[in-house]
Amino acid sequence: MEKLKSLADLKRIREEAKTKLDLRVRGDNPEGLVQVKVAMATCGIASGAKQTMDFFVEELDKRGIGAVVTQTGCMGYCYAEPTVEVQLPGQESVVFGYVDRKKADEIIEKYIKNGELVEGIIPVNYEKID
Amino acid sequence: MKEIALHILDITQNSIKAGANEIRITLSESIPDDLLSLTIADNGKGMDAESCRRASDPWFTSRTTRKVGLGLPLLKMNAGLTGGGMTIDSEPGKGTTVNATFGYKHVDRPPLGDVSGTIALMILSNPSINIVYSHICEGKEWSISTSEIKEALGEEAVTDLTIVRHLREIINGNVAEIRNFQTGYDKY
Repeated sequence: MEKLKSLADLKRIREEAKTKLDLRVRGDNPEGLVQVKVAMATCGIASGAKQTMDFFVEELDKRGIGAVVTQTGCMGYCYAEPTVEVQLPGQESVVFGYVDRKKADEIIEKYIKNGELVEGIIPVNYEKID
Repeated sequence: MKEIALHILDITQNSIKAGANEIRITLSESIPDDLLSLTIADNGKGMDAESCRRASDPWFTSRTTRKVGLGLPLLKMNAGLTGGGMTIDSEPGKGTTVNATFGYKHVDRPPLGDVSGTIALMILSNPSINIVYSHICEGKEWSISTSEIKEALGEEAVTDLTIVRHLREIINGNVAEIRNFQTGYDKY
């Protein structure tokens, strides 16, 4: 593939890929998209949250899953970083702890694709420090 | 933090929390001056003099989910270890500017790391904030911003997952170009 040097190059290849994008009906119904929030405070970053986020961004795109991946702050589970909050369309969100690349792969394959719960969920009633 | 890029990701989170809608990140490097300077300036809610003074104290934090705040203290420590330092300028209602300087050739200076990937991720996950990244190397400068990308590709382009890979490539290529005009930068 040619090297991208400018935004003009990027614009061109995006137009070429437009049909592929349309298939995924991006942006039309944000509620229909899977929401993935990676905790990115000091504790998360120090534990490798960036690699986890890179993985989600790359793999969800490769596997053709319509998703929004964003950063969030510390959710108070510093001991279990990197933590990731996943919300499937129309469902309550679930927080997973210790999400490395391997765990992230499991979350995509089992939870996001099939709705199967995987180990490592942090219960919502977990008490935060004051 | 193991990389300058991770400090950028971390400190920028403070600006996001402060409600900024514009964040300017400037990384400037010079081997002749033995200096690496990182500046993160936002137009968020700012801090009063007391908070500003205590911001680099690890036991001070504005959040309630935990009792420590390590982002700025870690940056200060890393900068200090290389003979540099950190300053914070802030005014309530105006915004905050954090500047950290590092001894470029110091053995303890963290490598730049994946700066292009970090900037691309931040642009993707904060579409409503104008993130401006400038890289300066011995007088040569290159920059990119969220508003520039939106203008070229449309509003919702910045939330497209595919864009991260391409943005990383564009940033990498252009930064490599301004760094390469004088050899030596890749060694560090």
